[in-house]
Amino acid sequence: MDVALAPETLARWQFGITTVYHFLFVPLTISLAALTAGLQTAWVRSGKEKYLRATKFWGKLFLINIAMGVVTGIVQEFQFGMNWSDYSRFVGDIFGAPLAFEALIAFFFESTFIGLWIFGWDKLPKKIHLACMWMVSIGTILSAYFILAANSWMQHPVGYRINEQRGRAELTDFWLVLTQNTALTQFFHTITAAFLVGGAFMVGISAFHLARKKHIPVMRTSLRLGLVTLIIAGMGTAISGDLLGKVMFKQQPMKMAAAEALWDGEAPAPFSVFAYGDVEKGHNKVAIEIPGLLSFLANDDFTSFVPGINDVNKAEQEKFGPGDYRPNIPVAYWGFRWMIGFGMASLGVGVLGLWLTRKKFMLPPGLRTGEDEVPHLVLFKKALSPRFATWYWIVALWTMGFPLIANSWGWIFTEMGRQPWVVYGVLRTRDAVSPHVSQGEVLTSMIGFTLLYAVLAVIEVRLLVKYVKLGPPELTEADLNPPTKIGGDDKNSDRPMAFSY
Amino acid sequence: MQLHDVWFVLIAVLWTGYFFLEGFDFGVGVLTKLLARDRREKRVLINTIGPVWDGNEVWLLTAGGATFAAFPEWYATLFSGFYLPLLLILVCLIIRGVAFEYRHKRDEERWQTNWEHAIFWTSLIPAFLWGVAFANIVRGVKIDEHMEYVGSLFDLLNVYSLLGGLVTLTLFTFHGTVFTALKTVGDIRDRSRALATRLGALTAVLALVFLIWTQASRGDGKSLIAMAVAVLALVGALGFNLAGREGWSFALSGITIAAAVAMLFLTLFPNVMPSSLNDAWNLTVTNASSSPYTLKIMTWCAGVATPLVLLYQGWTYWVFRKRIGTQHIADAH
Repeated sequence: MDVALAPETLARWQFGITTVYHFLFVPLTISLAALTAGLQTAWVRSGKEKYLRATKFWGKLFLINIAMGVVTGIVQEFQFGMNWSDYSRFVGDIFGAPLAFEALIAFFFESTFIGLWIFGWDKLPKKIHLACMWMVSIGTILSAYFILAANSWMQHPVGYRINEQRGRAELTDFWLVLTQNTALTQFFHTITAAFLVGGAFMVGISAFHLARKKHIPVMRTSLRLGLVTLIIAGMGTAISGDLLGKVMFKQQPMKMAAAEALWDGEAPAPFSVFAYGDVEKGHNKVAIEIPGLLSFLANDDFTSFVPGINDVNKAEQEKFGPGDYRPNIPVAYWGFRWMIGFGMASLGVGVLGLWLTRKKFMLPPGLRTGEDEVPHLVLFKKALSPRFATWYWIVALWTMGFPLIANSWGWIFTEMGRQPWVVYGVLRTRDAVSPHVSQGEVLTSMIGFTLLYAVLAVIEVRLLVKYVKLGPPELTEADLNPPTKIGGDDKNSDRPMAFSY
Repeated sequence: MQLHDVWFVLIAVLWTGYFFLEGFDFGVGVLTKLLARDRREKRVLINTIGPVWDGNEVWLLTAGGATFAAFPEWYATLFSGFYLPLLLILVCLIIRGVAFEYRHKRDEERWQTNWEHAIFWTSLIPAFLWGVAFANIVRGVKIDEHMEYVGSLFDLLNVYSLLGGLVTLTLFTFHGTVFTALKTVGDIRDRSRALATRLGALTAVLALVFLIWTQASRGDGKSLIAMAVAVLALVGALGFNLAGREGWSFALSGITIAAAVAMLFLTLFPNVMPSSLNDAWNLTVTNASSSPYTLKIMTWCAGVATPLVLLYQGWTYWVFRKRIGTQHIADAH
């Protein structure tokens, strides 16, 4: 069969398309849930209306986004069985458990409390209503943890044995699966990267309004919250990325050698800035490098040895038998760079933004602004000229997309960098597909999901744009007088619902 | 009782929870065309399930995840075997979720009507297909000695399974009318009760044929009891509906669903997916299940989490306990 249309290839494409697409919504859901809950907490504690308006504004965008995250997540729960039945048979004993935990503990939490939050404005006292949003946030984070523990097991299988008789892997230590360093560092890295998305989202949209001098009090607050989130998350992503990198150098040296296009092991090993190579012959034609840096990244030591692609390939051939154990090198190499580049660029925009909009004592007195004024962008002693200020707002707006690109490439890198394995060192991807699902079936499902997702993307983005432009809503009498009784106050029982579909 | 038997029961419980809860969600979706006279009434209907449909749908994800963890072979055979019907269900559930959330977010007439069509069809199709799927599981499908489904799509479309599909479709719609009668106020409540009577009669006929067929071909004493409970509960639901006792009617239509699911699982046991080619190739609770260690961990998790889920989901229904009518629907957003 033509390799390009082999069920394995199609199943991989489908998994790639549906998962990367799903993960456009996931990080924004995780971060916006917490940020919205934070803003609502500020409203409940301070009673300042700008926080409630901000909660409603970001909450609405959050809901448009989470709807897509939820529905695209349904596919994830079932496509292992549909397209990867041999995988499911082989690893279900281990991999199924965190998935079931995720559904039982996290999904129920998330989806039940989101319903309470959406419809609860006039049904719940305000502190309980706020607690619901925090429950949603906890649900999203728990969900991330369980699914990342499952993925980490694919990256670095632990706590299992092979049952020859049943022809499958079986769990022996669930605690180890949940707490191995791959899972913990990957969780740390993914969560911080999720907040990078949310931070940039807030900064971008606030910049959009501030550049037009609209909704200033809400957007000033949101800008600051977004910038601080962006910076903390950016630094967290860098630190966790370094930790995860070190773990991966030990657990999957091939992935990291591919990420660096390091063909032959070196001591000290250089960090590659740019490379153009020949995959067949196994060397680079052009390479711009920083000496010793890769050794440091791998082992905290500028002179240590880092094995290359050819070395690891040979070692794996000796261990697992003849074959090519190299992933797609250009994808791994460029995926790694785009991940880091776009991620760190967003951090840069955040740092610059926080400096430009600093307040009070760090500013010359004449440049300080009030709650209802657009902050001056001050580089040193003077405000930026309107032209440069506009440029910053535009850059900030475009930066919204950067962490999403970084997240996507991060996943493409880590999943494709593990190939040809689906479970590293245990099960090959080609042995994981459903043997009796036909080419036509996989093709139908891949094309079906792709088309559906494309249409939904257009619908979703246009809705987001509409509600972004609309800005924060004006508050009503009902908003400012939340009920005191669970279920809503009796005197209001004939009033229209505060929110209805 | 061994752990894999416990998990057989738990999987049945999860599907029961799913069909009980999303059953009336699907029914309400179908009623948007069957019962509602205008957009405002449509909105009354979808707002009766507004706060809860998402949580209800998680019962499906949990049933899927738990099957993966407790019976990996069952999960693998079922979802790779019933590929296209499942694909259609997934597509429906995707569109349906988005439809609920996005329908009201634009005022254009065409936008809203399109999503309303979507809500109807994406409720109707899965309500039908789940019946087809479960009837096929009970009937047995072409599974070879490697636990692989080797039949085609057309093998899944037979009189028994299509009848099963009609039963779930009518039963869920009936369950939805009874739910609507319980949750609404005004004219729509009265019409819902009237429709429930007619739908209930139709459901009773179809369900009776299907259940007797099932009992006659693969039933035993226990399944006969479950069948009797299902039939009596359905008759009771109809009676209480006529008497205007909406709470009782809803509870009994729920028991009908639970007893029908119980009956199907009782006829299966100890198989989880029988093979129509050779009894030796059946997937059973023993040859399809996970290791005792995994099952033990899963039992702890389910033992702690499920009561909690029931508690806070139950609380949600209590928070939104008030009936809604057209006066509760705001004009614009």
